[in-house]
Amino acid sequence: MEYLSIFSLLFNLTLSSATPLIFAALGSMLNENSGVTNIGLEGLMTAGAWTGVVVALFTHNPWLAFLCAGLAALLFASLYALSVIYLHANQIIAGIAINFLAPGVVIFLNRLIFNGSVSSPALMLEYKMPRPFAQIFQNNPSGILSNFFNFYCVVYLAFVAVIVLWYILYRTRLGLHIRAVGEHPHAADTMGINVYRLRFSCLLGSGFLVGLGGASITLAIVSGFRPSVISGQGFIALAAVILGQWNPLGVLSSCLLFGFFRALAVFLDGPTVNLQVSPHLWATLPYICSLLVLVFAAKRSQGPASLGKPYIRS
Amino acid sequence: MNRDLLWGHLLKDNAVVMRGIVKKYGDFIANDHIDFSVRCGEVHALLGENGSGKTTLMSILYGLKSFDEGEIFLFGERVDLHSPIDAMRCGVGMVHQHFMLVQEFSVLENIILGHEPMRHLGQINYTLARQKAQALMQKYQLFVDLDAKISQLSVNVQQRVEILKALYTGAKVLILDEPTAALTPDEIESLFDIIKSFRNNGLAVILVTHKLKEIQRMADRCTVIRQGRLIDCFPVDNISEEKLAAKMVGRQVMLQLARRKKEPGEILFDMQNLCAHDYRGVQILEDVSFSVRAGEIVGLVGVQGNGLDELAEIIPGLMPWTSGIINLQGQVFSQHHVRHMMDAGLANIPASRHKHGLVLEYSLGYNLVLKNISQEYAHKGIIDEEKIFAHAAQMIEKFDIRSPNGPFSAAADLSGGNQQKIIIAREVNDHGRILLAVNPTRGLDVGAIEFVRQALLEEREKNKAIILISYELAEILNLCDHILVMFRGKIVGRLSSDQADEQKLGLLMAGGGAA
Repeated sequence: MEYLSIFSLLFNLTLSSATPLIFAALGSMLNENSGVTNIGLEGLMTAGAWTGVVVALFTHNPWLAFLCAGLAALLFASLYALSVIYLHANQIIAGIAINFLAPGVVIFLNRLIFNGSVSSPALMLEYKMPRPFAQIFQNNPSGILSNFFNFYCVVYLAFVAVIVLWYILYRTRLGLHIRAVGEHPHAADTMGINVYRLRFSCLLGSGFLVGLGGASITLAIVSGFRPSVISGQGFIALAAVILGQWNPLGVLSSCLLFGFFRALAVFLDGPTVNLQVSPHLWATLPYICSLLVLVFAAKRSQGPASLGKPYIRS
Repeated sequence: MNRDLLWGHLLKDNAVVMRGIVKKYGDFIANDHIDFSVRCGEVHALLGENGSGKTTLMSILYGLKSFDEGEIFLFGERVDLHSPIDAMRCGVGMVHQHFMLVQEFSVLENIILGHEPMRHLGQINYTLARQKAQALMQKYQLFVDLDAKISQLSVNVQQRVEILKALYTGAKVLILDEPTAALTPDEIESLFDIIKSFRNNGLAVILVTHKLKEIQRMADRCTVIRQGRLIDCFPVDNISEEKLAAKMVGRQVMLQLARRKKEPGEILFDMQNLCAHDYRGVQILEDVSFSVRAGEIVGLVGVQGNGLDELAEIIPGLMPWTSGIINLQGQVFSQHHVRHMMDAGLANIPASRHKHGLVLEYSLGYNLVLKNISQEYAHKGIIDEEKIFAHAAQMIEKFDIRSPNGPFSAAADLSGGNQQKIIIAREVNDHGRILLAVNPTRGLDVGAIEFVRQALLEEREKNKAIILISYELAEILNLCDHILVMFRGKIVGRLSSDQADEQKLGLLMAGGGAA
């Protein structure tokens, strides 16, 4: 197989696997910039992933499904936000609770709807998120050019989201307020910024984005829901935020890096390489790499000064 | 004139009128019918000890705290202040003692935070913001680099940013809460110049302080509050420090303490040819030698950056040195070791109460036994709480420590003066006969200052060897038997107390004796 072809395949796999990470990491980056950690990404992604599939299965409208996925995660995020912002619950504990609660609820509902099965039926291709340029590559859907340009629309949307978040954080008043609240909530409060409301809103916005991340797996990359569909990607997104130094462009780069490891794992396990290594071993690659990367990135890591500290007005 | 007319005049002449303010916390009355007023173009000092209720009164004026009774008038109109935003809209600005600045933001971003001029698409109009900030800097002769990051700025420049922030919101009444607490003498002078320009521009300035000298220098009038009650309000011409202190504390305060003449005993502390380098390898102490006898206080003075801070860390063993020895009652140390030096008889009242003196989250009782908990307050590794708190109760009694919940209060919940009393109670009660005290009265009000100085003199009477490091020359001159002057890491002057005065010390500190 020629190099260009291998490269195009890796490129395609990288971008596709990075997309859910980008959505989730952007969401997490948003709430962390406002000074709140949320380790419940995994749970929120699961909620989004499941809701997306179910809505698509019943309405046959992938766009509506995508939107509902965001809203479902937002619902769980609002629970989280309520408990940590207004009730000052411990953010780690509440995050763990979300990670158990959301998948629990989702699997319970799945059993109700689909006769006791924990997985959903497969989603037909025409009800998945569209590939906007599929027409052009109709004749050669697995060719090099197709690998380079023919993506599900969620991939493009992820990049749009990066730009939008960058603009909000660094070019708008809202962004200045979000960062001020994350660095020194007391100072922001004395200047008339409502710390609670802003942090709450950031968590809701974050929940929505994370939900989109979950749905971009089930509505595009795979077609259907099973309990293991997220398998730690929420936590990898958390790592991507740290590696990306809490800014959208950094987060994008680190998601692409993690996406690349994921792509590599898929590729090495695929028919083109055939190395006689257990696929389970390859599957650990992204996780081991994220661990290593974080160890080396930890030194220069500088998050928002008030990250994870509840704000209690005296 | 009838009462209403008088009242009308009062409202018209004053930027701020607070009338009959009452603030209760349960049974405790923090403000008991306090009247307070400030004119435009006036610097009005609000004087009171820690915990007297002056901060509460200002928090009420700034909308941070609600109140139970009373009225507030700003520029002749009755106002309801429910939040700092309300206060800002009415023209009240506050410069907090602990700055409210976002370290990672630029100066300009901090100044405009919450009041950003806008452009389209949610963007901030930085050009306009910059113009407005520059106009303010010009008007009050108060200059800061708008693009610098806060974390790169020194404390006094950060304070300027904090002041600009208040002015940017359109403040015509400025509350300065203990503004000189963290400043050097030079920086205090330039702050005073800034305050003068506020007065000339017709702003009403409220100076919350317990430093008497500043009131004499800067204020036009002074209001004194003690235990939540208004004591007096008077113009500040020709009032002596003693009188101010007496009004504030409610009794005569001895600013100058009597030091009994006595013959010193044997040498307890001896430092020989000590040299030290800082973390960059620059020499900061060069051949420093001195000794302290029993029943003697030796003072070390110098301008900041001439080795005093390092000496204050080296003597208790917190920092390593390169060569030379320290002899503590016959035990010779050529390497630093906090525990061993402590055991050799060294007690330490450190410069930073919060960083080195106390575990703020721990109770008063535990803080009192930090040094000897394993020897005296534990059996086989099990802590004897009963004994700890019994001991604490004794110390509270003996040192008159005011604590909201007796021995059980966290150290953080006490005022600065009472925190310092905890440290003194722990250190002077120790069996050590050598006592190091570093800026022991910094940030305290006069009542507490008197207490601390008296405590040092009492230790002198008990024949301890005392090393006092202080930037407060008056304190050194009052307490010490011998005074050593540090300049560029060397001792450049050794004077006995009857030879020394502020001029001589000042000259030596500036390097005048080295030539």
